[in-house]
Amino acid sequence: MRARVLIRPKAGILDPQGAAVERALPALGFAGVGNVHIGRLIELDVEDPAQLQPMCEKLLANPLVEDYEIILE
Amino acid sequence: MKFGVLQFPGSCDEVDALEAARRVGDAELIWHGQRDLAGADAIVVPGGFSYGDYLRAGAIARFSPAMESVIDFARDGGLVLGICNGFQVLCEARLLPGALLPNANLRFTFRQVELEVLSSGGSFTRACALDERLSIPAKHAWGRYHADPQTLATMDRSGQIVLRYAPGQNFNGSLHDIAGVCNEAGNVFGLMPHPEHAVDELVGGSADGLKIFESMRMSVEGVHA
Repeated sequence: MRARVLIRPKAGILDPQGAAVERALPALGFAGVGNVHIGRLIELDVEDPAQLQPMCEKLLANPLVEDYEIILE
Repeated sequence: MKFGVLQFPGSCDEVDALEAARRVGDAELIWHGQRDLAGADAIVVPGGFSYGDYLRAGAIARFSPAMESVIDFARDGGLVLGICNGFQVLCEARLLPGALLPNANLRFTFRQVELEVLSSGGSFTRACALDERLSIPAKHAWGRYHADPQTLATMDRSGQIVLRYAPGQNFNGSLHDIAGVCNEAGNVFGLMPHPEHAVDELVGGSADGLKIFESMRMSVEGVHA
């Protein structure tokens, strides 16, 4: 089964990459952009999707500073 | 006493750590695939880019055979020092609270930093005086220390915040200007700046870093300052 894991910085933690992009967009003429956050996308084939959550907790994300979302296709 | 210095693929500061440790005791390199810690009395997890820092700095190194042994060694009360990437590995292994995030300015930065010793007398700072300043180089892109507010409050109360960047020196955006922390038991310590690069005034800007290694020797040998 194909799965996607979206990993995002937790709310309230400074996200300097998001902030840099948020500053860059208006400079290119794109107005009305806010709240930009940058995370990671991991795509993988798994035989047992029940393993995805422990994978995230143990390796794919750092739950102290990141939230993760599992999407099955 | 004998220091064991871990070496991962991608480590780059293990030789300086070995040489620094040899100024106060014996030292031996321990390859990451090795479970046997070679009878070491204390472990140094050195700086570098273990396993390429793929995924997150320290995330994969934390599962190496040598680190599994270091986790047991630390749980039995053994002294473990993590420097820079080693600090990231110890946080990923949950031997230390919190996490290291990309520097707030997103730049790799190399500079001499002034640190304040907030907690002396512990296993890693007993050769230092309280409020003493140490001048040590730092060089990293992922050094912004983060922990949630409750964890920070607990650490503050229990003296786990060992080193802080002096005013104006916090170049990476670490919360509470934190440069180095220990675990609750005080036997595991991590810091982003590099004491192993400051063991000789001729090339290190100062020899202040030696005090960390000397403190560890004193702790292992039961010497009190």
